[in-house]
Amino acid sequence: MSDTKPKTIELRILRYCPSKDAKPAFGSFDVPYTDDMSVLQGLQEIKATLDGSLAFRWSCRMAVCGSCGMMINGTPKLACNTFLRDLAPGPVAIEPLQNFPIERDLVVTVGDFVKKIESIYPYVMPKVPKTIEEGTYLQTPGQMEEYASFADCINCMLCYAACPQFGANPDFIGPGAMALLQRYSSDSRDGGQQKRLDQIRGEDGVWSCTAVGICSEVCPKLVDPANAVNQNKSKSALDFFLSGLRKESVS
Amino acid sequence: MDFFDADILILGAGGAGLRAAIAAAQAAPDMTVALVSKVYPMRSHTVAAEGGSAGVVRANDSLDNHFNDTVEGGDWLCEQDVVEYFVGHCTREMIQLEHWGCPWSRQPDGNVNVRKFGGMKIERTWFAADRSGFHILHTLFQTSTQFPQIRRFDEYFCVDLIVEGGRVQGAVVLSLSSGEFTAIRARAVVIATGGAGRVFRQNTNGGIVTGDGMALAYRHGVPLRDMEFVQYHPTCLPGTGILITEGCRGEGALLVNKDNYRYLQDYGLGPVTPEPRNKFMELGPRDRLSQAFWHEERRGRTVTTPQGEAVLLDLRHLGAAKLKERLPLICDLARDFAGIDAVTTAIPVRPAVHYTMGGILVDINTATPLPGLFAAGECSSVGIHGANRLGSNSLAELTVFGRVAGEQAAAFARKAPAANAGDGHADRARAIEADALALLQQKGEGERHAVLRAEMAASMEKGCGIYRLGPEMQQTCDTIANLKQRHRALTLEDRSRVWNTDWVGAIELGFQLEVAEAMAHASLFRTESRGAHQRLDGYDKRDDVNFLCHSLAYRQAGTAPRIASQPVKITRSPPGQRAYGALGEQLEAARKEATHV
Repeated sequence: MSDTKPKTIELRILRYCPSKDAKPAFGSFDVPYTDDMSVLQGLQEIKATLDGSLAFRWSCRMAVCGSCGMMINGTPKLACNTFLRDLAPGPVAIEPLQNFPIERDLVVTVGDFVKKIESIYPYVMPKVPKTIEEGTYLQTPGQMEEYASFADCINCMLCYAACPQFGANPDFIGPGAMALLQRYSSDSRDGGQQKRLDQIRGEDGVWSCTAVGICSEVCPKLVDPANAVNQNKSKSALDFFLSGLRKESVS
Repeated sequence: MDFFDADILILGAGGAGLRAAIAAAQAAPDMTVALVSKVYPMRSHTVAAEGGSAGVVRANDSLDNHFNDTVEGGDWLCEQDVVEYFVGHCTREMIQLEHWGCPWSRQPDGNVNVRKFGGMKIERTWFAADRSGFHILHTLFQTSTQFPQIRRFDEYFCVDLIVEGGRVQGAVVLSLSSGEFTAIRARAVVIATGGAGRVFRQNTNGGIVTGDGMALAYRHGVPLRDMEFVQYHPTCLPGTGILITEGCRGEGALLVNKDNYRYLQDYGLGPVTPEPRNKFMELGPRDRLSQAFWHEERRGRTVTTPQGEAVLLDLRHLGAAKLKERLPLICDLARDFAGIDAVTTAIPVRPAVHYTMGGILVDINTATPLPGLFAAGECSSVGIHGANRLGSNSLAELTVFGRVAGEQAAAFARKAPAANAGDGHADRARAIEADALALLQQKGEGERHAVLRAEMAASMEKGCGIYRLGPEMQQTCDTIANLKQRHRALTLEDRSRVWNTDWVGAIELGFQLEVAEAMAHASLFRTESRGAHQRLDGYDKRDDVNFLCHSLAYRQAGTAPRIASQPVKITRSPPGQRAYGALGEQLEAARKEATHV
């Protein structure tokens, strides 16, 4: 039997309400918890019983919707699969995801990240168009393997919160969007590689990455965006070289 | 208040809403589609679907098989013409998703693979490992970004529909980020807001699954059909209710009780074979498996966990390599949320509320009785699930009928006169805004909505659970009525406008109480047992004489809903005995014999 004595843990949450607060400040809550409770459940307990005004995003509570990313003791984590027992005895510092503008409490602005995703043509541009009647494309498990891990990204933005380049330059395309780019560009059905490569050639593109690799360390889904960035750096370099050759042969 | 003019408005951007948006954009490239979602589209609850999506593809399978499985699985409460259309269009939609990039799992030769699923005679469940919903949702969302005429309103919450002149003409939405309102004008509106599982305590659903669209339609006079049929998924983690996919059993997982005994053989699902056969044992339908758990618990044959009673889902014999390939998410979930390595230890599971079989009444064209209003996906009742949905039919449904809804809405918008641009529209929109703001400011009697929500969920679980009793259902009806009263007098702690989730939560609870009330009264109405609606108070048999019919719940202001019945459309499958295991096989052979004579 585990210890049945009620336990509590102190959650120190960065609070900010734009209509009331000049700047964010920590608020502290003592939360009763059991060993099976996640940080998310701790926040829900606060909202239900202590302070209904606490704002945070959540939905699936099973680490697949990507809503509940936040800084937990300084590290970007999903609140739903980070457990209070692992943070005991506390206190636990909970802050909104770093590198993003705070809208309210633990809620940050997501829109710019979504625009980056949209900017890299995140859909199949078919190499060989097919009608429904012609059936599915063939794609062997080996061909799937080329992009499968990049397709597992849940858009939780933990990698952006960890990325020093994105912190320094909010226009940097960033690891998540690069992983998605790689997901489509390495799909055997796709023919849009060049278009995407052109999109990330600029100063906010793939070359902004300084290869810190922390994006892959914080990824809750083992997507390895750093690998996506690296692959595109070599592709971009080769593309630059080839475009030079193309120009020469034209002239 | 802002005003926005669209041609088509879609509420909800999960699988059905996104599929509808793409279909509308393709059918009517000149039209503006406003796509409203209270979360970013990729957060929608379609994301959590795991096992896969149905579509006949094997040479030894047929549309007739899929039809028969679905109608029998629904205990003959399906609209058979709609099922016919559905099974005829599933595979097309699966191929379409494949063309859009959905990473369906493959056979070594590169063809798409399919897996076994409960209640399905032949393997026909397309899957993307055990993240099928996740991949479908992301594929649809990402594909939708190539259509500039789809104007997204991400993190906008719909507070009410604008109904004028006997037809729907738009909706008023609240920006979560700013707390400001926008009136969206449209000639056709599609509701695709998902289910309502969160009205129950232990459920597999995300926090956003609060029945918003069902309640919106219901408040405007559209009936909710078959709301008594709520699906308990048999294998979920105790406590959290986190879903452990039926795909586990499709891959060969076994269900055992505390004595390591495959107890399903005691509930008409045997005989036992080492690996479950289609429509036997672990591959029986969800209603039967959840009911079997209920009996095992009462017989004292379940295991006790800190989160309650459970049986064991044993995946160990599948081996680490297969688990990694086919069920990686399940392994992660077991590790993170149950502290279990599924390779070496069986996972404790129990039933939890999973799916709302009923919903907004629509016809085969997804049209509701309110002109201009369409609905698709879990929020709707198009008639394919009957009294019990088969696993992998709902992901297929949201693509098949999401597309229909998008095309039908576009066609309706094309013919309909422009939405009323006059003062009436703006006045109506401002009145809706004023109502929402009144809730924000009301003094109330000091009660938090979290308290009401917990009471609602406990009461629904007690009265409308796996087995039901008249007095308990009545008690739930009374409790919900009382909660509706108290909801009118609740007090918000937060009166600010930016990201006021206290406010939105209170409005959502209002939606939930409408849906809960319809569920409880429809349950009380049905004095028989069929599919997921099982009674223990003398109505424990199916009664085709009196109840081979749908229920329709009509909202009545200030009092209990009126429950009416509606005939079921039966085209070619007359109601028969529903059975699985050996008896099911015998009955099927007899039916075949009969049709050959």
